[in-house]
Formats: sequence, structure tokens, C-alpha cells
Amino acid sequence: MTGRTEALPAPLHGARQGIDTALVGMLLFIASEIMFFAGLFGAYFSIRAEHTVWPPAGFKLDLALAAVLTAILVTSSFTMQYAVSRIRKGDRTGMIRAMTVTIILGVIFLAGQLYDYSSLGFGVSSGVYGTLFYTMTGFHGAHVLGGVIGMSIVLLRGVNGQFSARHHTAVEAVSIYWHFVDVVWLGLFSTLFLLR
Amino acid sequence: MATTVLAPGSTRTYRRSALYEWLTTTDHKKIGILYLTNSFLFFLLAGSLALVIRTNLALPELRLVDATTYNQLFTMHGTTMIFLVLMPFLAGLGNYAVPLQVGAADMAFPRINALSFWMLPLGGVLLFSGYFFGGVAADGWTSYSPLAEAKYSGSGTDLWIVALLLIGTSSILSSINFLATIFKLRAPGMTLLRMPVFVWTVMVTSLLIMLATPVFTAGVFMLYIDRNFGGAFFDPASGGNPLLWQNLFWFFGHPEVYILILPAMGVISEVIPVFSRKPIFGYRAFIFATLLIGGLGFSVWAHHMFTTGSVYLPFFSLMTSLIGVPTGIKFFNWIATMWRGKLTFATPMLFAVGFLSTFLVGGLDGAILASPPVDFALHDTYWVVAHLHFVFFGGTMMGVFAAIYYWFPKMFGARLHEGLGKIHFVLMLVGAWVTFFPMHLLGLEGMPRRIADYSPAAGWNDLNTIETIGSFIIAASVLPFMWNVFVTLRGPRDAGDDPWDGYTLEWATTSPPPPYNFDHLPPIRSERPLFDLKYGHGARRAIAAESATVEGTHS
Repeated sequence: MTGRTEALPAPLHGARQGIDTALVGMLLFIASEIMFFAGLFGAYFSIRAEHTVWPPAGFKLDLALAAVLTAILVTSSFTMQYAVSRIRKGDRTGMIRAMTVTIILGVIFLAGQLYDYSSLGFGVSSGVYGTLFYTMTGFHGAHVLGGVIGMSIVLLRGVNGQFSARHHTAVEAVSIYWHFVDVVWLGLFSTLFLLR
Repeated sequence: MATTVLAPGSTRTYRRSALYEWLTTTDHKKIGILYLTNSFLFFLLAGSLALVIRTNLALPELRLVDATTYNQLFTMHGTTMIFLVLMPFLAGLGNYAVPLQVGAADMAFPRINALSFWMLPLGGVLLFSGYFFGGVAADGWTSYSPLAEAKYSGSGTDLWIVALLLIGTSSILSSINFLATIFKLRAPGMTLLRMPVFVWTVMVTSLLIMLATPVFTAGVFMLYIDRNFGGAFFDPASGGNPLLWQNLFWFFGHPEVYILILPAMGVISEVIPVFSRKPIFGYRAFIFATLLIGGLGFSVWAHHMFTTGSVYLPFFSLMTSLIGVPTGIKFFNWIATMWRGKLTFATPMLFAVGFLSTFLVGGLDGAILASPPVDFALHDTYWVVAHLHFVFFGGTMMGVFAAIYYWFPKMFGARLHEGLGKIHFVLMLVGAWVTFFPMHLLGLEGMPRRIADYSPAAGWNDLNTIETIGSFIIAASVLPFMWNVFVTLRGPRDAGDDPWDGYTLEWATTSPPPPYNFDHLPPIRSERPLFDLKYGHGARRAIAAESATVEGTHS
């Protein structure tokens, strides 16, 4: 028995070097989420490939509304990143303001999507296109809702005086998640509305 | 017996009721034991279902159960064994051993770890609750469309879907937890290429779970939408495609078989070196082979769909043949590790050697199916049933029992009784071969899988009767194991901290380890830090000298 290495307590393990453990967890979670949406997109493209007319007759989408919603969601990614940059500088008030704007934009997106659903002339059960459209946008909407809930928790924690320039992992994590949700929407928008 | 080299000094804990402690624990060791216990209970349940299946098939026209009940039996047997027995058994072993082997205090996210576990019994209850709501799922564990669509199956399939969503989420969360633990919580000096092989296999398995299970989740959601909201994913009449389900299912389902075998290979790679008194042969080749299996595992799913006519046969046939290569590398690793080693055959080693023999057969009879003409002939026959039982029961379950005998002294401070362990091993090995080997012959004779009855004129009577006898031998093998655990836990906890003269860090702490595992760690200079500590770094080359030292310290 020659030497000994002191075992480090758990928090120091994480701080040893590199990226925070919780952020690693979030990135891995997003990797699994990407595969979930890959399954949905795979289903879409494999069924799309079997049809010559696409979308099948009788399915009409509201491109203008979707474009507006896309702009709103993309803007919210910028406000989210602004919130992160504020808290990195230790400006909690700025973070709270930018986060509030982001939450409002997310809620507007969800409301717009619900309005879109109510005005479309087809449903889940009106053929495979309807099933695909509602499943893909619906799961994305659920993820937007999840992001809004996550951001609200971060917002409440910020209002209660948590987070500083050094300690704001939750803000970073929720921002990565929000950007992911945004990118998925860009994929959905181009697939469902632009490429046809 | 080897002496304690690095026992933690203080093990002070505060008291609370044992039940409350076990229900709310976030300690990876306790959660690991919960996983193992839960898996074993479901193993007994799913095994009992298998006994009914085998009894029904013992003789032609026996009709012990009707066809619907029979369909439910093999569906529940398969689903339970895969999702509630094998996967959680391996997750439990990983939970117990990985933080100890990498020198961490706990998993990266202990509370998510507890959540992952508690979703499993809930999922199991949901799965079986179909018996109270008009019958459980009866579409097979693969739940192919259109059989699983609302027209042809009842609410049991919906419960199957919800249960698998829960269990899938549990696996995804636990895989993220394993990866974060392995990436971030390794002890100083524990580089990736010094991690024990078991940790490597858990890491690759976790990557597979993290990337494959969500696709299955998406498919299962689609099935749910089809069944309950009038969706048309798998309905060709409305523009969907039933083969989409098969693609989504097997994109997960094939990596799943590597998910189920890699950690068992990891266990074998821990046990064989320790009981051969040699380091593992070709550590890096082994790691490379594991990564290769993980990567290739994503490119072979369509070999389950050769007969559908919708997949490109040459590609999937080639990839399926290729994936046998890394497994072959591993076999040479294991054999070369044992070659001229100082072998001792304690129960864990027996199960490891049993793994080698049965898994080899299971691997080879699967590799034959990579050839499309053979697959066309044997598709959906008992050959496939033989193959999957040889790899899952002869492979994974052997590995699981090797691990249980190997780590039991670490978990509870007492070694399982060797004599009872050997009886368990012999009965299990003989039972496995008697039950599953004749299935090859039945497959060649054309007996289809998943049939409740067969004609006396088919000439399948004798082999089926033999298989049924074998299945009861397997059932009997569980009894000495349970008695062994019962007796050992009532006996003295005198195994010591390092009963096998082990190589890896879990043997450096007390048995059982205290909360947060370690006060001190030895310096980590190789994949065998504890061996280096006991015998000096560099001793790995002096095998002769090592054997002499071991002679003196081994009890």
C-alpha cells in the first residue's frame, strides 16, 4: 500500500472541469428527444414517399399564420439568449425581464397553434395526412408547453432571488431546451409548410 | 482471505424506519438492490407463465388453455421478460456497480434514479391490470399492426402501450443518468481507458437505450393514436402503412438485443479475469468491439423484416454478418484471458463459463439467419425461438446470475453458499439446453412459433415433451437459489471486503459500502487499481510472481 488519493465529495466532482453535470444531463436528454422526433419525421417521410399527390386532396394549411408563429418562436429564442447573457453578467433583473418576454412569446405561439387547430378543415382521423400533421405539431406543442412551464419555474426562482453570474445552471439548461424546441419547429415548418 | 486495504473510517448514519428508508432512498446501492429484487419477482411471474405455455405444448391437442389465453400468455411472458426482467436486472447491476467501479459517491442524479426505478413496478402493474379489464394484450411482445389495431385487440393493448411508455421513459432516464455519471463523476485518474469493462458496456448500452428507445416511444404513441383517436399511421385504407410499425419497432428492437447482452458481456469480463488471476486479454480490443457492436447495432434492424419484401436484403444481410465479428473478438478475449490462467471455479466463474457455451450457440444460430435464403425458410419458426432463448436465457440470465453471485458479498457482506450455487448452476445449464436446444430441430422441421396446439401427425410430440421437462428443470433451478439467498442472509456477514481478491474499486470499500461509498481511493494507474495497490503497479507482467503472492493471501 503506497499512496492514497482523497475521494472528492460529489459537488466538487462536478466542478472539477468542463461542463456542469446537470447540463450534460440536459444535453443527453435532448439527444433522446431528437431521436423521438426523428421517429416522427421518419414516419412522415416514409408515408410521404408512398403518395404521389401530397398533401392529399382536401388538406389545406394556413401558411400565413404558421409563418407569423415561426417568427414569434424564433424571436423568443433571441430573447431567451438575451436572458442567459444577462444572468452571465450577474444582471438578475434583466434576466427576469427577458425570461418574461420569452414566456409570453411561447404562450402566444401556443394560443396561435390552438387557433390554427380550430380553424383547419381536417382532423386527426381524416386520413393519414391529418394524423401526421396533428401528431407532429401536437407533440411539438407539448414540448413548447413543457418549455413554458420550465421557464416559469426558472422565472419564479429568479424572482425569489436565486441565480447569480456563477450559479445559474437552470437558466442555461432551460435555454438549451428552448432552442431545441425552436429548431424542431423550424424543421416542422419547412417540412409541413414549405417543402410539401 | 485478503485484508481490507482501504476501509472507510466512519460509517455513521442516522436512524429511520427501514420501510421508509427503502421507499424513499436515493442511494444507488439500495436502488440497485430494489431493481434486482423487483426484476426477480417479475422473473418468477414471467417464468410461471412460460411453464403454462410449455405444459400446454407438452402433448398435441392437450388444450390446457384456449387459444386466446395462450396468446395472452406468450405476450405477457415476452414483454415481461424483456422489459421488466432482463433490462431492469442489468440496470440494477449497473446501478449498484458503476458508481463503485468508477469511484463515485453516487449516480449523477440520485432522485431521477429513484424515479426511474419506481416507474417499473408501476408499469408492471399496469401491464398485468389488463386481466381486470377484459384481458391483457395478446399481440405478442412485438405487437405488430394490424393485429394490434383497435379492430382486432381490446383494452389490454392500450394498457400494454401505457406500460411500455412508462418503462421506456424509465430506461431513457436511467441511461442518461448512467452516461452523466460515467462522463462526469469518475474519480481522479480514472480515464476512459482505465474504466472497468463492465462500465464500458453499461456506457455503450446507455447510448443505445438513449438513442433507440425514443423511436420506439414515438411508434407506441402512434399506435395509441391509431387505436384511440382514429389515426391512420398503420392503416393502409387511409393512406398509412403497417410496415411503418415494424420499421419503428425494430429500429429500437434490434439495438435492444445488444442492450440486453452487452452488460452481461461486461459482467463476464469482470468475472473471468478475477477467477483466472490474469488481466483481461486485449482490453482495448474489447472496448473497440463493444463500440463496434453499438454502432453496427443501428444498421441491422431490417433483418427482422426480410420476408416482408420491403427491405434491401444485401445491405442488411451484410451488416448482420458483420456484427458477428466484434462478438467473435470478444470470445477470443475471454478464451485468451483464461488461457494458462490460474483458474478457480467458484459459482460466478461457473456461470461465466456457462455463458460462454450457451451464448456461443445462440450467437451462431442467429448468425446463420443473416443469410436471406435461410431466413426465408426459418422465419417465424421455432428456430427463432431457440435463438432468442439461447442468447437471452443462456446469455443474459447466465450473466445476471454470475453478477449476483459475484457481487452478493459486496451487497450484503456474506457469500452465497457454494454447494447450493453449484446445484443452481447445473440445473439451470442442463434445463436451458434441454428446453431450448430441441427448438432448433422443431424449427428445421417447420414448427411455427406462437401456436397453441399442433397436430399429432406432425411428428413434433417427442421434442416438445422433452422441452417441457427441461422447462421444469429450469423452474427447479430457481429453488436452490432462493433457499441460498434466504439462508445466507440469515447467516453471519463474514465475507470480508474483498472475498474474491478483486481488481476493481468496488472491492476497496467495506461490504456493504457505507453511504457515499469511499473515504479514500487508491491511486488509479490502470484498469485494475485495486490489484495495483495490493501487488504493486507493473505486477501485471509478472504473472508467475503474482500467482505466488495470490497463493499466500487467498483463502
